[in-house]
Amino acid sequence: MKGSIFGRALLPIYTILALLFLLIPIVYTFIFSFNDAFKTNIQWQGFTWHNWTNVCDAQGVCEAFGNSIIVGVVATLAATALGTALAIALVRYKFRGRNIVSLLIFLPMATPEVVLGAGLAAQFFSLGTPKGMLTVIIAHTLFCLSFVVVTVKARVASLDASIEEAGRDLYASPGQVFWRITFPLLIPGIAAAALLSFALSFDDFIITYFNSGSMQTFPTFIYISAVRGVPPEANVIASAVFVLAIVGVTISQVVSSVRRRRLAASR
Amino acid sequence: MAEVSLSSSGTELTLQGIRKEFPGFVAVDNLDLTIRAGEFFALLGPSGCGKTTTLRMIAGLEDPSAGKILLGGVDITDTKAYKRPVNTVFQSYALFPHLTIFENVAFGLRRRKVSNAKELALAALDLVQLAHVADRRPAQLSGGQQQRVALARAIVNRPALLLLDEPLGALDLKLRREMQVELKKIQADVGLTFLHVTHDQEEAMTMADTVAVMNNGHIEQMGAPESMYDLPETAFVADFLGQSNVFRGMASSANASTIEVAIPGGTTLRVPVARASAHSGDVSVGVRPEKMSIHAGAVAPQTDTNVISGGRVTDVSFTGVSSQYSIDFGPLGNVVVFEQNLKALPTVDLGDVVSVSWKVERGFGLRDHRAAVIDEASEL
Amino acid sequence: MAFAAFADTSEKKSAEPVKKSRVVILMLLPGLAYLLLFFLAPLVSLILTSFMAPDPNSMDMGQFVYSFQWQNYVTVISENWSFFVRSFGFAILATVIALIVSYPIAYFIGVYARPWPAIQAFALILVIAPFFISFLLRTLAWKQLLGDDGWVVTTLKSASLLPADGHITGTAFSVVFGLTYNFIPFMVLPIYTSLERLDMRLLEAGRDLYASPSTTFWKVTLPLSMPGVVAGTLLTFIPASGDFVNASSSFLGGPGTQMVGNQIASNFLKILDYPAASVLSVVLMAVIMVIVSVYVRRAGTEELL
Repeated sequence: MKGSIFGRALLPIYTILALLFLLIPIVYTFIFSFNDAFKTNIQWQGFTWHNWTNVCDAQGVCEAFGNSIIVGVVATLAATALGTALAIALVRYKFRGRNIVSLLIFLPMATPEVVLGAGLAAQFFSLGTPKGMLTVIIAHTLFCLSFVVVTVKARVASLDASIEEAGRDLYASPGQVFWRITFPLLIPGIAAAALLSFALSFDDFIITYFNSGSMQTFPTFIYISAVRGVPPEANVIASAVFVLAIVGVTISQVVSSVRRRRLAASR
Repeated sequence: MAEVSLSSSGTELTLQGIRKEFPGFVAVDNLDLTIRAGEFFALLGPSGCGKTTTLRMIAGLEDPSAGKILLGGVDITDTKAYKRPVNTVFQSYALFPHLTIFENVAFGLRRRKVSNAKELALAALDLVQLAHVADRRPAQLSGGQQQRVALARAIVNRPALLLLDEPLGALDLKLRREMQVELKKIQADVGLTFLHVTHDQEEAMTMADTVAVMNNGHIEQMGAPESMYDLPETAFVADFLGQSNVFRGMASSANASTIEVAIPGGTTLRVPVARASAHSGDVSVGVRPEKMSIHAGAVAPQTDTNVISGGRVTDVSFTGVSSQYSIDFGPLGNVVVFEQNLKALPTVDLGDVVSVSWKVERGFGLRDHRAAVIDEASEL
Repeated sequence: MAFAAFADTSEKKSAEPVKKSRVVILMLLPGLAYLLLFFLAPLVSLILTSFMAPDPNSMDMGQFVYSFQWQNYVTVISENWSFFVRSFGFAILATVIALIVSYPIAYFIGVYARPWPAIQAFALILVIAPFFISFLLRTLAWKQLLGDDGWVVTTLKSASLLPADGHITGTAFSVVFGLTYNFIPFMVLPIYTSLERLDMRLLEAGRDLYASPSTTFWKVTLPLSMPGVVAGTLLTFIPASGDFVNASSSFLGGPGTQMVGNQIASNFLKILDYPAASVLSVVLMAVIMVIVSVYVRRAGTEELL
């Protein structure tokens, strides 16, 4: 392998092909958002802007999208608040049963979604809670919680404890140390956890399907319409969200690399 | 130990019987210590000797298992860290990465709601010559600059006591020397009490008014750097502060001024009573390598000079101003001698049989011997 | 991303954690209560439901009473064992293929492209790009692309690589294909995270000590990236074995490709046979726990748990 041009080029070529392969369905979804199709969006019928300009024409799609946003925001806020507190307690304090708590947090991630979904549904069923927005938010908060703990925990563990000690040394009360030092330093980790939570919640189908009842989120809308054919407006919403997310990620990457370069230059 | 001055300045520190236990070991064992107001005090010792734990207890970051901490006569043992008029320069500097340099320095003042925080912080930055980087973040500064910010952030609060936890450890040698001078100068300018924790004996001796050598959780010896170097009391101190040759022996006879110590090989060494920390039984005689002379062949002993003969030169290294000789004395072990190159060339060669000698008044008597240093220096 | 944390096994020992009971309780209580109420209690409910018996006083569907009908397990497992075999077969196959496909991608981004951070960043964005678009739509896109009227099938048929009455969708192949595709990013990211931290000097040391490039890979690179490999395979295997979207007949599956997930969903939501769905869930969870704990122990990465 070493030295041969073929061998040296093989890995980049493979990676390019593999990444292109990953993109195929995305490009397909994007192209078919411009399909001049009514209801079933399977055959290419010709180009139109109509789907983009009249997104809410397809029945229920905008409502489902709105529900997904509400669920995502509320579940993210709840999971981030609960998870951050758990993460700090787990890293910073030694208490009896710490390993059991860690296991309890890890287990939901190791449980297949179908089991989580069915379990919650069985629970709501036996409690007599009607399925709807509330049960979906409860379910989403649960599976986001573990991911938040894992993400924030890594950030807490990488914090230099002497920075907080310096705060105590410089006349900051425990509350001031937390709000003026610990919390600001954890913000990048908390933000990452919140973004991840929202993405997980927004794209979740299986757990939602078990607990949503008649309420539809964007994924359950697609699943249910898949039998008859998904309207092109769903492709429009998915493509728009995709473009926004990619632009956001790219900007944050560029900003952080520029900042890093400037930092290196100023030293 | 050192004399306790009841200074009226109100910023002297007293530790009374301080003890700190961690699960499985005792980090600090029944420590008594007094640091006078305005003094530059160095706590010197190898890593794990308990010096940093002592400092953290004074800062309030660690609770002592027993004992009392008095600051200016006031018991602060149970006072929370953020209520103690004590500030620390951390080993890792621990600057707040999300705040500007100015906000870092002003942090303590703002917490105490000092009215002219801005002027004081800028003045402190001026003192360490960093006013021009006030708006930058810590990550944009070099190691030496960060160190000075950490210092400014602590002294701006005019603490009754400033604690320095190996503050120069992360700097390279040249920068460390510069900072030592600067730190000493700042201490003289601001007139605060400094407690400096370090494992670097040269740093401690250059900067401190008083040095305490710590080992295994207790203080081995305390005093001015010059007197500590000249007259160590234990083999640990003799070894940790500079280099020493130590000969283990038994005190055979003594008069009012001199103790005679018999060492293996039939030689008897003399050491002045005033320079010995033990006067009977196990006494080790020590002497600094630069205070010894080296002679080709045998030399007749004299009353004011100790002589050991029959060594073989095993190593000679020429370092310019001086030469360092390593001489094997069989059962007595290896002896190191430094000789200034006043003459043209080194006087003895590798393999030569030589004697070494030193004036009796330059040696010192230790109350323990080398073997004990490694295992249990606290036991006698 | 969390996947980085998932692969992270080295918990830095920064400060000695101190015990401060009141604060800890305040921080732990809400989160733990949540987990107890909505994770542990549902699991217990599932187990209780799995022993339920049909309500003798009701002829309606979905009416059950608490009981200890352990025979549920016997009947349900004997009726459904083939779905278990298929689920785990598909999941293992998809995991292995995804690992083989993903490792080189992760190696390229984490090691090969190190001199060019811009390429690394760009490739990473492409790897996570699928996360930003609904996975149902992506799977549907494949259904369309691989469908009987799609150009893939027509081309294969005209080249006689597929019989005239052949299909791709609705087969085991397309289900495994879909599972693999959907979980590739979950495999690449943790492996990338491990490889990105790999000290290149170790590889140089390997080469210096007379190891050929392939020996260096097998003896140095791969073992050091094991935490990532384990995290990636778990992140693929666990959701894949419980998946029911890819195998559903309105997506890539057909009548002959149903997995345990499909059975649980239809028992729970269509036939309303809650005890059967619960038995299937409990058994699925139990088997996964056994497989995962054996696997993690064999791979020598217990700290992950």
